[in-house]
Amino acid sequence: MASVLTPDRFVAPTVKESAKIVVAGSFGVGKTTFVASVSEVPPVRMEESVTGASERVDDLARTPAKTTTTVGVDFGRKHLSDDLVLYLFGTPGQARFGFLWQELVIGALGALVLVDPRDLEASHEILGLLEDHGVPFAVVVNLFDDAPRYPPAEIHEALALDAGTLLTECDARQPASCIEALIQLVEHLARDQHALES
Amino acid sequence: MSGPRPDPDQVRPYVRTGGRTRPSADVRLESLVFARQGDRLGLSADARRVLGLFDHSGGGGLSVADVAAELGLPSSITRILVADLAGRELVTVARGHDDRRPISLMERVLNGLRAHA
Repeated sequence: MASVLTPDRFVAPTVKESAKIVVAGSFGVGKTTFVASVSEVPPVRMEESVTGASERVDDLARTPAKTTTTVGVDFGRKHLSDDLVLYLFGTPGQARFGFLWQELVIGALGALVLVDPRDLEASHEILGLLEDHGVPFAVVVNLFDDAPRYPPAEIHEALALDAGTLLTECDARQPASCIEALIQLVEHLARDQHALES
Repeated sequence: MSGPRPDPDQVRPYVRTGGRTRPSADVRLESLVFARQGDRLGLSADARRVLGLFDHSGGGGLSVADVAAELGLPSSITRILVADLAGRELVTVARGHDDRRPISLMERVLNGLRAHA
């Protein structure tokens, strides 16, 4: 039986339009914390089975073995006005997401890539995927309490970002800090889009 | 022994969506679904479960992602179910945008974010 949804799960009847931003980053980097800080409702988890051909070949059947894993996406939502809501989808953004990854990025305004300054290496896969799919993004350093503070230029270089890629920082536990990071991201996206169209 | 068995992950969505594998309309994870009144005769069990979520909606909407999460259905199947319900005018879908990223939407998002900063 389906449970009865609480009224807060529904968007207002006046809403005409939705926008989507992907919050990407490696495991444990604070994506769900970020989504929860902005969302009006506790993040909702969408889980999917992803089947992929494994590299191993099953000798008995002489067919490629398949692997099935479950991937989870936590998403949240915020009304920006009477007629507009913003959805934030947190995703590890790994190649194994396959078709779900396409569904996440199609129609997204862009992506906010959260990085942990203690583990920048972990971000390379997601940055590569976004570049491959032509998804515009900004990189946001999550200011963990116990993480060292590096000059932004050093992080920019360590992540091998293009000169024009925005790098900023936030505290994913603080709603105001997350909203500010989103504002910087969308300003950056709008500037790039203006440049493309002019 | 005959050939390899069909992959159940491929078979099940096909059966569940009545042979359809692509949504007819542009339905996305963030598309908003609003229920409408109408003739529900002949709907599949899954389609009825989708509409059932709106029994206490008060006219409010759910994203396709909410529907998928709540019913435990793959998002691809949920998108097809919603597109079919829209085709039968049992739901309306506030569609997302095409692949161009419209500046007008970015500006409205910015205004909304600044109002909440």
